[in-house]
Amino acid sequence: MSLNEEVELLKNIPIFAKIEPSKLKLLAFTSERLNYADGQVLFNQGDSGDAAYIIIDGTASVLIDTDDGKIEVAQLSKGDIVGEIAILCDVPRTATVQAKQSLTTLKIAKEAFFRLVTDFPQIAVEIMRELAARLEQTNMRLRAALSDKDG
Amino acid sequence: MEPTIFRFIFRHSKKEQIFLLVLTGLSFPFLYYSLDLPKTIINQAIAGKNLPQDIFGYQIDQIPYLMLLSGIFLALVCINGGFKYYINVYRGQLGERMLRRLRYDLYARVLRFPLPHFRRVSQGEVIPMITSEVEPLGGFIGDAFSLPAFQGGTLLTILIFMFVQDPILGTAAIALYPVQAYLIPRLQKRVNELGKERVRTVRKLSDRIGESISGVQEIHANDSSRFALANFTTMLGEIYTIRFEIYRRKFFIKFLNNFIAQLTPFFFYSIGGVLVIKGDLTFGALVAILAAYKDLSAPWKELLTYYQRKEDSRIKYDQVVEQFDPAGSLTEAQQLDEPETPVSFNGPVALRNVGLTDDEGEVLLEGVSFEIAQGEHVAIAGPGGGGKDLLATVIARLVLPTSGSVTINGVDIAPLPESVTGRRIGYVGPGAFVFSSTIRDNILMGARHLPFGEPDPSVFPDSPEQRADAEASGNSLDPISANWIDYQSIGADENGLKDRIAELLKVVGLEDEVYAIGLRGSLRAESEAEIANRILGARVRLRARLEELGLAGLVEPFDAEKFNTNASVAENLLFGTPVGDDFALDHLASDPYVRSVLDKVGLTGDFVHIGRDVAATMVELFKDLPPDHEFFAQYSFISADDLPEFQTLLQRADRVGLDGMEAEDKTRFLELPFKLIPARHRLGMISEELQARILEARKVFREELPAERQAALEFFSVDRFNLAASVQDNILFGKIAYGQADAGNQVGKVVAEVVESEGLRAIVIEVGLDAEAGIAGSRLTAAQRQKVAIARILLRRPDVIVLNEAIAVLDSGLQAPILSRICAEAEGRTVIFIAHRARLAQPFNRILVMSGGRVIEDGTFDSLNQEGTMFRGLLNEE
Repeated sequence: MSLNEEVELLKNIPIFAKIEPSKLKLLAFTSERLNYADGQVLFNQGDSGDAAYIIIDGTASVLIDTDDGKIEVAQLSKGDIVGEIAILCDVPRTATVQAKQSLTTLKIAKEAFFRLVTDFPQIAVEIMRELAARLEQTNMRLRAALSDKDG
Repeated sequence: MEPTIFRFIFRHSKKEQIFLLVLTGLSFPFLYYSLDLPKTIINQAIAGKNLPQDIFGYQIDQIPYLMLLSGIFLALVCINGGFKYYINVYRGQLGERMLRRLRYDLYARVLRFPLPHFRRVSQGEVIPMITSEVEPLGGFIGDAFSLPAFQGGTLLTILIFMFVQDPILGTAAIALYPVQAYLIPRLQKRVNELGKERVRTVRKLSDRIGESISGVQEIHANDSSRFALANFTTMLGEIYTIRFEIYRRKFFIKFLNNFIAQLTPFFFYSIGGVLVIKGDLTFGALVAILAAYKDLSAPWKELLTYYQRKEDSRIKYDQVVEQFDPAGSLTEAQQLDEPETPVSFNGPVALRNVGLTDDEGEVLLEGVSFEIAQGEHVAIAGPGGGGKDLLATVIARLVLPTSGSVTINGVDIAPLPESVTGRRIGYVGPGAFVFSSTIRDNILMGARHLPFGEPDPSVFPDSPEQRADAEASGNSLDPISANWIDYQSIGADENGLKDRIAELLKVVGLEDEVYAIGLRGSLRAESEAEIANRILGARVRLRARLEELGLAGLVEPFDAEKFNTNASVAENLLFGTPVGDDFALDHLASDPYVRSVLDKVGLTGDFVHIGRDVAATMVELFKDLPPDHEFFAQYSFISADDLPEFQTLLQRADRVGLDGMEAEDKTRFLELPFKLIPARHRLGMISEELQARILEARKVFREELPAERQAALEFFSVDRFNLAASVQDNILFGKIAYGQADAGNQVGKVVAEVVESEGLRAIVIEVGLDAEAGIAGSRLTAAQRQKVAIARILLRRPDVIVLNEAIAVLDSGLQAPILSRICAEAEGRTVIFIAHRARLAQPFNRILVMSGGRVIEDGTFDSLNQEGTMFRGLLNEE
């Protein structure tokens, strides 16, 4: 896949949708495209965060350590972004991400990601929107879980 | 050292100086006759008196007579010239030898300075003294006696000749000499004083420069450049004032001399003229006197200059020598002599009432007495400034105590030569020095005390003639080409030495690091073919192993027939490793041969096109970034500085088309494609068709490479070792694939595994040992330097090992295990460990605690680890 194809793909990701193509090209150029084999780990829960990943192709599972071992809490597929929380909040990775079958990602290094966010506030806004949506989703689940418990 | 330069000259070159004097004396009769001859030529041969001449019974007419005399004159000119030439060469050689001796003496003295003295002298002062300040002394020493003798003699010869011709004119010629002889020393005296002052100021100047270089970080960090410059200006101003004053005075002296010299002919013309007119003096005699007077001014001037040089040299010598004789220096015998009977330190170390006071009278050590049994391992702890580190230097005889004594095995160590203390004691301080040589040489330094075997005459300067010169200059006659390794002290022969060093690397925890250095290092050209072959074996094995593990995709191997998408276009074209700058990346586009290859396969146009496209992409991507943005360095093909230029080039290309551009502009574009790594940059510009053509260019490049440039490139070849590439690259023989997660790590692990299974680890370590440590060991970390220094002393198996906070810079987690390995290695030998942290003393059977320059506690760890002891206090502080 060439740089231009990667740019096309980035355009289809909501948080990048409003960014000029030339900026996306810079993002793609300064990022590393990585292939993972089935079961290979992108990062482990507890690692320090040095990069965010955009899924270009394939699927990955998000795993959380529990007392009963790892459980899958979500699946990621083409166009999803993962790992940005550890970068933004400077906290250890909150989950393990593992490739399912073969996976291709674009690895955006911490510095490049910050650069992008500071240079293009609209990306920050998009990320906020995304995070808020996830929070809202979590809240909804929490409410549902609590009402289940009450009921 | 001799207190004055003349004593130095006399002591070391008496014979040569006398020989020169005799030679000079021999030359005078010829000189005299060559002065006298013109008179005979003019008065008799040319004027035609007393002709024909009767010579040895032959009657000779005027013309042949003139020719004969002229012939004799010519012969005399040759003889005089010959004398001068021989004397000058001899003198020059003598001067150089004496200079060589002086420098050698000074350097030998520096090596004998008592260590505390180095706190008072600076490198900036000592170095110019040995290098530049003494330089003019060599020339002077050659001239010291022979020049005044020769010039004085010449002067005298000419004067005698003049007096013989006419006493009045002779008197006239020297009438003003007393005036000069009175005035000039007086004027010179002030110049001498200024000269002394100049030397001192210049030393301070070089000291200041040295200090600025050592402290440059502080200057930057505190923005004190302006202050430093102002300070420097002050010193330059001082030197300028002094020098200017010297010049003024020197030139006044010169003026005076010249003036007086010009004045004398006045007497010749007036008095001599009258004498000729009256007929009291022949015309020929006047001409000869005038000619002689012309010759007279040269030696007289030389004598006056000699006088100035003599004064200069005398001062310089005094000023240098007084700096090189500090009290408490080792004697020459201590520096060089072997002990008459072997001294063993295989016994107790005993200190009796040891005291140490510094120059200012401050007491650093006081009444230190204890005894350490042979083979005992003792730790000395104590607060900083308590004297424990100084005590270590005293035990190692690096510093002499001001009172009391240190004996080892019953022998007082103070008067012993270093051939005992520097071999039987092993000392490592807190900031050990690593010299700019290989790691191996730095370790072997521990056992390089004296030469063994015969010199190799083919090695400079060990041929018999060169050795004779060294001997005549009083230099060291230890041949540098002999074997300097003391195998006996190491306890191993040549083969055992390798294993021994490998073992020591493990002891000091340096093995893995040297291994890593070795992987990045390259084999030396003269390495054995067998080693190269085994590394080639590892190359095959690695491939197989990667296949087995299903990791083959992580490395794209070099293949003569295939384009390697993980290598740059340049690497793909050259298919080899550049040796030197010839085929370096930045030179390729302008290299005529590379260009001719591109032309031949019709790639030039494509490359310019691609270059234009790359430039356009770079401009598009990077134009909005600030010039100092880190992305430029990390990712861009074009530096921030060059970006505007490429913008202009692109506009020009749009306007006139690529074909219409100047050749120079095209070359700028042509530089870019070489840097492309298709798999990494993913610009999609190197199509498969283009790859095929680059392969074609690769073939042409290889086949037609001119013989004289073969050496500039080491081609990749699957079955040959590439000397220009690192060991790791040779094993890999390919590129780690971009875009494969964790590829570098995984491949690194397999490489390590293959190196191990092929039994190559020892070889890689050997390569690592041959790596350069850099200036002052700068390529090694501080911890690595410390480890090298410890291995250095362990190598020669000293009886007493003194570790003076030697492991303080190591990672704190590694200190205890390394220390315990060192102690195990030193089993049966005495170890004195100065603990920078009291906790490290725990494994030792006996612990001394020093505070305020005294031993205040002495016991086992448990006996000292009690309420109220200083040792407990130290432990609690950690």
